Amino acid sequence: MSIAVDNVVKRFGNFAALNGVSLEAKPGEFLALLGPSGSGKTTLLRIMAGLEFPDAGTVLFEGQDVTGLGVRDRRIGFVFQHYALFPHMNVADNVAFGLTVKRRRERPKRAEIQRRSQELLELVQLGHLGKRYPAQLSGGQRQRVALARALAVDPKLLLLDEPFGALDAKVRKELRRWLRDLHDRMGLTSVFVTHDQEEALELADRVVVMDQGLIVQVARPQIIYDEPATAFVFDFVGDSNRIPVTVEGGRVMFGGEAVDVAVEPCPDGPALLYFRPHDATLVEEGAAGALPMQICQAVHLGGMTRIEGKIPGVDPLIDVRTGGREAPPAGRAAGLRLERARLFPAPAGG
Amino acid sequence: MAARPASDGRLGRMVLLGVTMVFLALFLLLPLVAVFVEALRGGVGVYLESITEPDAIAAIKLTLLVAAIAVPVNVAFGLAAAWAVAKFDFPGKSILVTFIDLPFSVSPVVSGLIYVLLFGAQGWFGDWLVANDIEIIFAVPGIVLATIFVTFPFVARELIPLMTEQGRGDEEAAVSLGASGWQAFWHVTLPNIRWGLLYGVLLCNARAMGEFGAVSVVSGHIRGKTNTMPLHVEILYNEYNFAAAFAVASLLALLALLTLVLKSALEWRYGYHGKGGGH
Repeated sequence: MSIAVDNVVKRFGNFAALNGVSLEAKPGEFLALLGPSGSGKTTLLRIMAGLEFPDAGTVLFEGQDVTGLGVRDRRIGFVFQHYALFPHMNVADNVAFGLTVKRRRERPKRAEIQRRSQELLELVQLGHLGKRYPAQLSGGQRQRVALARALAVDPKLLLLDEPFGALDAKVRKELRRWLRDLHDRMGLTSVFVTHDQEEALELADRVVVMDQGLIVQVARPQIIYDEPATAFVFDFVGDSNRIPVTVEGGRVMFGGEAVDVAVEPCPDGPALLYFRPHDATLVEEGAAGALPMQICQAVHLGGMTRIEGKIPGVDPLIDVRTGGREAPPAGRAAGLRLERARLFPAPAGG
Repeated sequence: MAARPASDGRLGRMVLLGVTMVFLALFLLLPLVAVFVEALRGGVGVYLESITEPDAIAAIKLTLLVAAIAVPVNVAFGLAAAWAVAKFDFPGKSILVTFIDLPFSVSPVVSGLIYVLLFGAQGWFGDWLVANDIEIIFAVPGIVLATIFVTFPFVARELIPLMTEQGRGDEEAAVSLGASGWQAFWHVTLPNIRWGLLYGVLLCNARAMGEFGAVSVVSGHIRGKTNTMPLHVEILYNEYNFAAAFAVASLLALLALLTLVLKSALEWRYGYHGKGGGH
C-alpha cells in the first residue's frame, strides 16, 4: 500500500514540529525517517498513523484522503518505542488483542484467535513463550511480541517508532536483519523512525533525512552517504571532517593556497569543505594542492590506519583513515590530499 | 562518607526505635485500646444493645447510605479527573490539580459552611430551594454533598501520579489495534490502575464513613434522621452515655482497622505487582 503526506504542518504551542512536509512511500517500500531529536520525525510518523492530526496538509493511503481518520480506522500496524505491551496480559493475549476487540460480527472464533496468535508468535520465533508475561521477557523478545501484535490485524502499512532504540547493540543488529526479512516476506510497506544513521543506511530502501521540521533529503542510502544534499546531512550521516575555506573565482582556497579537489560549483565567498575520513590520503609536506597537516596521533587498526591530524586554524582535529600499513610518526608534518569532497556555502553569520 | 562504628549506629537506631514505639503506644495504640475497653465496660449485653437501638441503627444505615453514594460518585469523578490530567494537555491543568487538593487543605468545618452558604435557607439558592420544596441543608442530600466534597481528592490523587507515569502509550496501542475508547479503558487502562484505584476507594470510604466536621455543620443532628455514626457518637458522649458512645465508636475503630489491614494487603500486592511490571 502506498502512503503519502502532502504539505503537512504541525505545531505544538509555539514549537513548529513540522513545517510543510511532503513524502511518499511506494508499495513495498521500506522508508527510514532519520534525524536528530526535535527534527519532527516521530511527529510525522504519528501523523501517518493517525495518532496526531496535522494543522494543515493531507495524508493519503493509496491516494485516498485519510487525514480525518483516527488511528483506529486506518488499519495500520504501529510498533511503539517502548513496545507498550499490556503488562497484565500474557504474551498470547497481547498478540491476540487486535482480534479480540473486533466487533462481534467480524471477530473470529476463540479457537481461531488462539491459532492465529500462536501462528504470529511462531512467525516472530516466540512460539514457546505465549504463557509468559511481558515483564518476564527480554527487550528483544518484547520488541518481537510488539511486532507480532501489530501484525495480528493484517495491516498493509507498518509504522515503527525507534524500533531498536531500547535494545543493546548486538540484539539490535540481529533484529534489524530479521525485520527487513519479515518486511520483504509479508509484502508490507514500512516506515520507521530512527536517530541512528547506521541503522537507516543498512535497513531502508530510501532514507528521509529531517531537520527542524523539514525534510532535507530523500534518497537511497548510498546517495545519502556519497552525495549529501546539505552540510547538515553530511555532518549527520557518517563520519565527516569540516574545513572552512574560501571560494575565489571557482577555486577552493585555504590559507592563501589553492586546494586541489573536484567539487560542485559554489559561489565565491566563504564556504565549508566536507570530506569523509577515508576520502583523503597523506602526501609529502608542501605538495601542491594538498592541505597542510601535522600528525597528532596514528593508530593501526586491522586493515587500516587511523590518523588524527591538526590543520592550522581548523577545529576539531581531522580524522583520516588510510589503507597504509605503516603508521606515520606523531608530530610529523605532512600534506593531505582530498580525493572526494563536497563544498557548501558557509551559513550566513556562521 | 566514612563508615562509622557499628555501636554508634546501633545506639542511634535503638533510640529512634524506642521513641517511635513509645509515641505509637501513647498516641495511637492506647486510645484504640481505650475505645474497646470503654465500649465493653458495661458488658457485652450493654454493648450489643447500644449498637442495635433504633437511633444507632439509623445512624449506621445513614452512614452506609452516604458512603454508598459518595464513594461511587468520587470514583467516577476521580477517574475522570485523573484521566484528564494524566492523559491530556490543556490550559489550566495545574489549576485543576490544585483545586483537586482543595478539600484537603481547607478545614472540614469550612467545607460544611460552604454548603450552608449555598443551599441554606439564607443561602444563595435558599429561596429557590424553599420555593421548590427541596431540602438539602439539615437533610440527607446536604450530608451526601458535604461528604462528596471532603472525600473527593482520595481517588483522584491516588490515580493522577499512577496514570501520569503510565502515559498514553498503552491506550494508543490498544486503539491502534482497533479497540474502541471503552474497550481501551476496560481492557487496558482499568487493569493498569486497578490496585491504585482500589486503594483510593478504600481511603475514600474510610473518610466518607468517618467524616465529622463538614457533616456536623450541614446535618442538623436530628436523631434517627440526619445523624451519621460520628455524629451519633458525639451526641451520646455529650449525654454522658459513655458506654453507648464508645460502643458505636468501636464500630468506627473496627472499620479503621479493617481499612488498614486491606490497605496493607493491597500495598503488599501493589508493590509486588509494581516490581514485576518494572522488570
